[in-house]
Amino acid sequence: MRDKISSSPVLSVVSKVLFAPIIIFGLYVQFHGDYGPGGGFQAGVIVAAAFILYSMIFGLAKGETLVPVMVNRYLMCVGVLLYAGVGILSIFLDGMYLDYNVLSTNPSSGQHIGIILVELGVGITVATVMIALYHSFASFQESHE
Amino acid sequence: MNFLLINFFLISLLLITTFFIFKSTSLIGIVALTGAFTLLCSAIYVNLDAVDVAFTEAAVGSGISTILMVMAAAKLPEGKKNKLINLFPSIILAISISLVLILIISNLPLLGDPNAPIHLHVVPEYIKESKDFFHIPNVVTNILASYRGFDTLGETIVIFTAGLGVIVLLTSNTLNRKTKFKNKEKK
Repeated sequence: MRDKISSSPVLSVVSKVLFAPIIIFGLYVQFHGDYGPGGGFQAGVIVAAAFILYSMIFGLAKGETLVPVMVNRYLMCVGVLLYAGVGILSIFLDGMYLDYNVLSTNPSSGQHIGIILVELGVGITVATVMIALYHSFASFQESHE
Repeated sequence: MNFLLINFFLISLLLITTFFIFKSTSLIGIVALTGAFTLLCSAIYVNLDAVDVAFTEAAVGSGISTILMVMAAAKLPEGKKNKLINLFPSIILAISISLVLILIISNLPLLGDPNAPIHLHVVPEYIKESKDFFHIPNVVTNILASYRGFDTLGETIVIFTAGLGVIVLLTSNTLNRKTKFKNKEKK
């Protein structure tokens, strides 16, 4: 079934054309989340959708060269650690855990920095977990056969 | 009036989709219809002005989870049809649960009622204060990342743990599952 999909020129061309706009839309949702609907969770899923589309069309092996499995697993942890690290950083700057006011000289810009960093952590974790889910499902199927 | 008409239209589409999910016998068809169901739900959320929830529902509910369900369905052996089991207990259960839900409806606050308990607790404070304090117009982001930062940290850890669990269970080289599997088949 997979060979049939990857040999179809329509699907491969369309997915190549769509790949970059999907990621740009994901980044827009990520960093525009303060002003419009969106945020880390949605952006992570959208970015993951681009990579999942790529490995669906071109096969699991090519998807794994694009996002190596171990890099993906490390990034999963990086997202959570970034979120928790912002909290630890605010403790070191004489604040309470996850108190973003102390991150900058001005409480309001401190909140800005904190929210952007935290949402970035959420986005990284969600995107990499979704990619990891897809890859584990797909590779399990191949080893089963 | 427009709001009600759109809502009525969407909910009747939802009912039709539910009916076809119930009638459909092919697994892939059910997965696709469930995706349509969640997409209709997100349209209803847009109609209720809950854009952030609609966005999440569209991305997670009808996007990623449909893909994962298709992957899981493709893994199943083909052509196996279960015989219809005795439906009587499940019908009784469904009818009694829906009766309870219908009885509860009269106790729920009306749609968009400003005096509903959920709108009287901390929400007025958040809506009034957050823009002056954070200079971020999206209140949902403020609540999610700042007022309720601990909850969001917990959610992120839940997602991380879920991914970890799936990797440990399904990835073959983690536990040398592949070799075990082959040995079993030989026996």
